[in-house]
Amino acid sequence: MADLMRIRAQAAGDKATVRVLMSHEMETGQRKDAAGKTIPAWYIQQVSAVHNGKAVLSAQWGPAVSKNPFMQFTIKGAKAGDKVAITWVDNRGETRTDEATVS
Amino acid sequence: MLKTSTIVALAVAAACAQAQTKSAAESIAEYRALLAEGNPAELFEVKGEDLWKKARGPKNVSLERCDLGKGPGVVKGAFVELPRSFTDTGRVQDLESRLLSCMEMLQGFNAAEIAKTPFGKGEQASLEGLVAYIAAESRGMKLDLPQGHPEERKFYEAGKRIFHFRSGPYDFACATCHAEDGKRIRLQDLPNLTKNAGAGAGFGAWPAYRVSSGELWGMQRRLNDCFRQQRFPYPGFVSDATIALATYMGVNGKGVPSTAPAIKR
Repeated sequence: MADLMRIRAQAAGDKATVRVLMSHEMETGQRKDAAGKTIPAWYIQQVSAVHNGKAVLSAQWGPAVSKNPFMQFTIKGAKAGDKVAITWVDNRGETRTDEATVS
Repeated sequence: MLKTSTIVALAVAAACAQAQTKSAAESIAEYRALLAEGNPAELFEVKGEDLWKKARGPKNVSLERCDLGKGPGVVKGAFVELPRSFTDTGRVQDLESRLLSCMEMLQGFNAAEIAKTPFGKGEQASLEGLVAYIAAESRGMKLDLPQGHPEERKFYEAGKRIFHFRSGPYDFACATCHAEDGKRIRLQDLPNLTKNAGAGAGFGAWPAYRVSSGELWGMQRRLNDCFRQQRFPYPGFVSDATIALATYMGVNGKGVPSTAPAIKR
C-alpha cells in the first residue's frame, strides 16, 4: 500500500492554493543496482484533482519528475470547507487517493 | 511610445544587472527556500510518528514509554537537549543511540544488529522516520545541550580533539574545512562549526532530507559520511566518537533555534 499524501489547501480571496506532497520512488528505469541489473521503471503517470466532485486538474507525468514529488496549484472559486481530492496512478497500476478540506 | 519602450528596456537591463550581482550563496538560499515549501522530510515525520506509537518488536510494545532525557514519553523539546548523559545506560547518548537503547530495552530489538545494518535498510529505515518525527517536535526551539555531568564535559573535550585531529591519506581534519568563516566547496558555503552561529546552523539542521539522493539522513549518517569523505576508517553507528563530535557542535551552537528536519542539496 502506498504511503499517505500530504495535502494542504488554503483559501485566500476567491482562490485556494493547494500544496501536495506525494510519497513515491519515481524510479526512472535508467539506473542500475549494485549487481549491475537495471532497476525497473516505477513512476506516477496520472495525477488528477477533484474539487467538490468536479475534476479541476489532470496531468500526465513521466520519469523526469523527482522522487517524493511536490505539486502546487490554485483553484478558482474554492472556499474554506470545500473538499479537494488528489489521485495518482503509477505505471504498475497502483493508485492512491487522499482528500483534504480547504482551510 | 518610443519613450515607454526605452524605459522598459532600461528596466530590463537594470533587472539583469541586479540578477548578476546576486551572489551564488543568495541564489542557493533562494533555491532552498523554494524547496523547503514542499520538504519531503514531512513524509518521514508522519511515518515516524506512526512508528513511535505503534506496538512493535519481539515484545510488541510501542516507544511511548521511551525516555529521551525529559522523562518517559516526553518528545517535545527532547531533541534540542541531545546528546546528554543517561543514568540507566551510564552513557552519553545522542538521539539515535538513545532510540536504539529504547528499542532494545522496551521493544526487545537487538541494538547491536540494528547498528550493523546498512543505512536506509530494515530497522535503520525505521530510525530515519523516528528521528525526523522527534526532531520536528522541537522545531524552532533553541539548542540547549546540558553540560552539568562530568561525562558530558568529557565528551565535549573529546569531540573538540576529534574535530581538530588531522589524519588519513589527505592529512585532513573536520577543522580543515569547518573552522574558518567564508569557506566553500564549489557552490556550498561551509559553516564554521567552531563558532556559535555556524555550529547552530550546521548541527541544528540535521536530520535533513537530501534532495540529491531523495533520502532522509540522521546526524549519525551525516557524521559517518564526514569520516568517509576524509578517508578515515568507519567510526561505526552510534560510536562514542560520533557522539562526542555531536556534543562538541551542539554545545557550540547553544541558543540557536533548531531547523531540523531541514532540506539539503
